[in-house]
Amino acid sequence: MSATLPAPSYIATGETIRADMRNRPPVVRRASPWADVLFSLLAHAAAWLTLALLAGIIVSLLVGAAPAIREYGLSFLWRSEWDPVQNRYGGLVMIYGTLMTSLIALLIAVPVSFGIALFLTELSPLWLKRPLGTAIELLAAVPSIVYGMWGLLVFSPILSQYVQQPLQSIFKGVPFLGQLFSGAPVGIGLLSAGIILAIMVIPFIASVMRDVFDVTPPMLKESAYALGSTTWEVVWKVVLPYTKTGVVGGIMLGLGRALGETMAVTFVIGNFNQLNSLSLFEAANSITSALANEFGEAAPGLHQASLIYLGLVLFFITFVVLGISKILLEQLKRREGTVA
Amino acid sequence: MDAKVAIPLNEQVKLSVRNLNFYYGGFHALKNVSLDIPERKVTAFIGPSGCGKSTMLRTFNRMYELYPEQRAQGEIMMDGSNLLTSKEDVSLIRAKIGMVFQKPTPFPMSIYDNVAFGVKLFETLPRVEMDERVEWALKKAALWHEVKDKLGQSGSGLSGGQQQRLCIARAIAIKPEVLLLDEPCSALDPISTGKIEELIHELKDDYTVVIVTHNMQQAARSSDYTAYMYLGDLIEFGRTQDVFMRPTKKDTEDYITGRFG
Amino acid sequence: MNASTAPARDDRERPRRRLHARRKLVNAVALTLALTAMAFGLFWLIWILIETVRLGIGGLSLTLFTQMTPPPQADTGGLANAIFGSVIMVTLATLLGTPIGVLAGIYLAEYGRRSWLASTTRFINDILLSAPSIVIGLFIYSVVVARLGTFSGYAGILALALIVIPVVIRTTENMLSLIPNALREAAYALGTPKWRVVMTVTLKAARAGVVTGILLAFARIAGETAPLLFTALSNQFWTSDLSRPMASLPVTIFKFAMSPYENWQKLAWAGVFLITMGVLVLNIFARTFFRNKA
Repeated sequence: MSATLPAPSYIATGETIRADMRNRPPVVRRASPWADVLFSLLAHAAAWLTLALLAGIIVSLLVGAAPAIREYGLSFLWRSEWDPVQNRYGGLVMIYGTLMTSLIALLIAVPVSFGIALFLTELSPLWLKRPLGTAIELLAAVPSIVYGMWGLLVFSPILSQYVQQPLQSIFKGVPFLGQLFSGAPVGIGLLSAGIILAIMVIPFIASVMRDVFDVTPPMLKESAYALGSTTWEVVWKVVLPYTKTGVVGGIMLGLGRALGETMAVTFVIGNFNQLNSLSLFEAANSITSALANEFGEAAPGLHQASLIYLGLVLFFITFVVLGISKILLEQLKRREGTVA
Repeated sequence: MDAKVAIPLNEQVKLSVRNLNFYYGGFHALKNVSLDIPERKVTAFIGPSGCGKSTMLRTFNRMYELYPEQRAQGEIMMDGSNLLTSKEDVSLIRAKIGMVFQKPTPFPMSIYDNVAFGVKLFETLPRVEMDERVEWALKKAALWHEVKDKLGQSGSGLSGGQQQRLCIARAIAIKPEVLLLDEPCSALDPISTGKIEELIHELKDDYTVVIVTHNMQQAARSSDYTAYMYLGDLIEFGRTQDVFMRPTKKDTEDYITGRFG
Repeated sequence: MNASTAPARDDRERPRRRLHARRKLVNAVALTLALTAMAFGLFWLIWILIETVRLGIGGLSLTLFTQMTPPPQADTGGLANAIFGSVIMVTLATLLGTPIGVLAGIYLAEYGRRSWLASTTRFINDILLSAPSIVIGLFIYSVVVARLGTFSGYAGILALALIVIPVVIRTTENMLSLIPNALREAAYALGTPKWRVVMTVTLKAARAGVVTGILLAFARIAGETAPLLFTALSNQFWTSDLSRPMASLPVTIFKFAMSPYENWQKLAWAGVFLITMGVLVLNIFARTFFRNKA
């Protein structure tokens, strides 16, 4: 040890150690202690604010929907009459529309997303992986209003001509499917909205699936290859079971987005508040489009309250979907350790 | 560098490697390796990290093909055809050459399904026969008694040593001809390691076993033949007791006596 | 000398090969379908982008940025007030939401690793993240618009901020959690107070990711329509008064696109083009920024 040590830099400015202080622990002058307290307070307050926000949303929705809740109670959920003139409301048409479009969206989006994730992780040449992956993620960044407008002005005429009309003539008279494809094939309705939602939702689900497929340990995949599996068998029988928690999470994420999407649906769903048949081609309505179209002009009173009631129902549905996905994930994680 | 391969007359040869070269991109990882792997014996590959022993193993079942920048040239003859250039589908080749990896890799499914996984790929067996095959494989892997009452439980619930034996059972179940073991005990405790070494001793009655190990004592204990590799070259190959007691190359002697590596 | 044990095993070869042929077929079909799925996804992206450019670029001109939104069927007009309104509201909303989001993210990553408050906050944040944005609009309507009796730019800003906050919380927490503890401990070992460790060591180390999260949140609200529908509403004229209804690009596009008037539709496409390009550029920038700095 040399006789003269340079002063350590954390010692408060200007002070140097005197020779006889060398053996004592260095003096560290802390910043005023209240800075720590204040900072911690701010951080905690921000967390509490989030809780308060959620509480506020739920409360304000309940308060706003109160007149409608008082008037209809739970029957609102299965009443289908929606008549602003006579002041009679029921949410069935919108709820059905929301659920149906989301279902169609998932039916299309999940297999396609799986295919995309498979391609990106197993098939794609290395130099294509990043650009293609980014392209899919950019699809997620496109604002929903673009989807809506493109859907109405570009997609629906094409859907009408090349998909709806042929489907209608093929299935005319067939018992169940014929009804599904009845109605005016002008490119709006549940099917159009469902397809556009699917395109919107694909990038979310595909990105999550791709991410979890990517972190599968290579040794696990090699073990399956070593037994003589084909690529498909490795993905379907080993990778997918291994990543099922992430996959379920991704699907739930997509479902949540589909349920709450407004603009992509409003343009093409038709905004028709009646449910006359099972048809996927007829104009229909969803909770979000009803809100988007009517809330601006709804007079305070039962109309507005009914619309807010619809918003509350939607919020509740999203909440339930999120809750189910979290429970599922917990169960899957627990089961992996003990039972197959 | 060609090693002089001397196999006593009473040994059949299962795999015959001639002039094998391997590249990771531009890196020359295996340099003109030639040797014969005798049938139904345990052959061990030893050498310091990076010498190419695992690479060697992975050429036998063409595992390197999963990675585009890796390539192999040369001959690996088995049953009269060159494994590297054979027109036969690689999955059929891999059905004849099983592999167990450094860390246990149970699939996310039940113990039964793990063992049956490979069998289901190649044979459609009725339930009864499948049960028998699973039991047979687990018995051969010395795991049956420990798991026979919990075949439906997940493979990941077993201990490390048991999981590795499960992977061995899984590899055996499809009745391969060759078993490749890539440092199978490196993630295991000494007791499990001992059990697996006993297992290897029994397995060689039915299978040609090739084992890569960084543990020289393990190689000396468990193998019949040993190959010493260094930086991609095969330095020495011969009967285990010859290589360890009377090594012909100084490099071999230095490694074995612990002067480096 | 190669002797083979193959003869004893030959009787297994034939059924093995038959089954194998079927497996190869399944494999080929599955992989082809995967390729098709990828092409399918790309197809929509390319089609949407092409149409947006084709139909929107024609409406691009200086007047777009200098003239106000016109009445239906007028000859001239632009989107100046809508663009201005969007820029103001989105920027202010990001400025408002970011500190709250970052602070809460800091709380989750640095203070509350195990407390009930942290797990509850995380759960609630997940709910807020997936809450339909139109419901956020409803909330602000009841709390701000109904109370004050008027739609306003402030209400719009609040609604957008409520969307920014959960996004920033999530990305901030994720990025901070990635920083290894060893870095924090090294700072503590020097006697640094906690707030300093967080602000000058941990946050700094994670700043690329955190900034990316903020940029992505900004891009996200730039395209949001629903939360503005009943908060800022819209405005035909120019205004910089935030306490009055304010035009925004998405809401204007919504109104114009759903209408049957050609001049409105043309302006709507131009607006869509602007938003899409803006959002895509922001996203690409944010990603490359992150990749270079991280």
